Amino acid sequence: MRILWGFLSGLVFGLGLVISGMSDPAKVLNFLDLAGSWDPSLAFVMGGATITTFLGYRMAWRRPAPVLDTSFDIPTNRRIDRPLLTGAALFGIGWGIGGFCPGPAFTALPLLAPGTLVFVPAMLVGLWIGARIKARGLSDMKGASA
Amino acid sequence: MQIVTQTAFTPWASLGGGILIGLSAVMVMALFGRIAGIAGISQGALGAIVPLQGAARDRDWRWAFLLGLLAAPLAILAFGGSVVQTVPQNLPAMGIAGLLVGVGTALGSGCTSGHGVCGLARLSRRSLAAVATFMAAGFVTVFVIRHVMGGL
Repeated sequence: MRILWGFLSGLVFGLGLVISGMSDPAKVLNFLDLAGSWDPSLAFVMGGATITTFLGYRMAWRRPAPVLDTSFDIPTNRRIDRPLLTGAALFGIGWGIGGFCPGPAFTALPLLAPGTLVFVPAMLVGLWIGARIKARGLSDMKGASA
Repeated sequence: MQIVTQTAFTPWASLGGGILIGLSAVMVMALFGRIAGIAGISQGALGAIVPLQGAARDRDWRWAFLLGLLAAPLAILAFGGSVVQTVPQNLPAMGIAGLLVGVGTALGSGCTSGHGVCGLARLSRRSLAAVATFMAAGFVTVFVIRHVMGGL
């Protein structure tokens, strides 16, 4: 059951990415290009997704526990710290270069564009490196923290 | 040289697709009690192959979720739809971009879905700070590449 529903959740997410245009790097880069060929479509993606999630979460949390697990696991960290801002800044730079964030990069994979085939393995290596840096702490890291 | 591909403004398709993304985030919360952050889901799945500190242990649904993501464009093509996509062709730049996205989302504990959709829906100030930061970095990066450097 967990496998089936996990697959269906991913499928719905992926269909949303493709239909919304979020899986097209050209559209993402044009959204980020305020001074040029600006395409505001992605604001509608974020708006539709966030409002749906805001309402749906409140319905889901009425139950004492999720349907296929024992408890809700919701982030409790509230600190706006250096790893958060450094990480978000690095992510934003990469997003601005490639036009891909993690979800759309995965959905684009089966279409086999050369840029995607380079991006996704590099992203997985990056996730591994990032997890190591985070685990070791940021004390010795010189980052461009905002 | 990065050629700018013009794209059409698609408010209704984008809104509809966004609602599907939200629906999926709600499914993941209602069924598994987890945040549908793709960076976190990938890390959890990756933790099954290589040792990864801090990766989630509930890997079964995470793998299935990623397979669902991969199946989505194939399903659309199989039902006669089309998937429009223009991926940048500068491969070294795409390698650097992928690395930055991976390191950044791991370090910052989330991406467009985890902080963006799910975090904002939880009214998390931490996620709002992350979203403001990566959006600003994205705007500045595209401005520098397209309007200062004149393309990649």
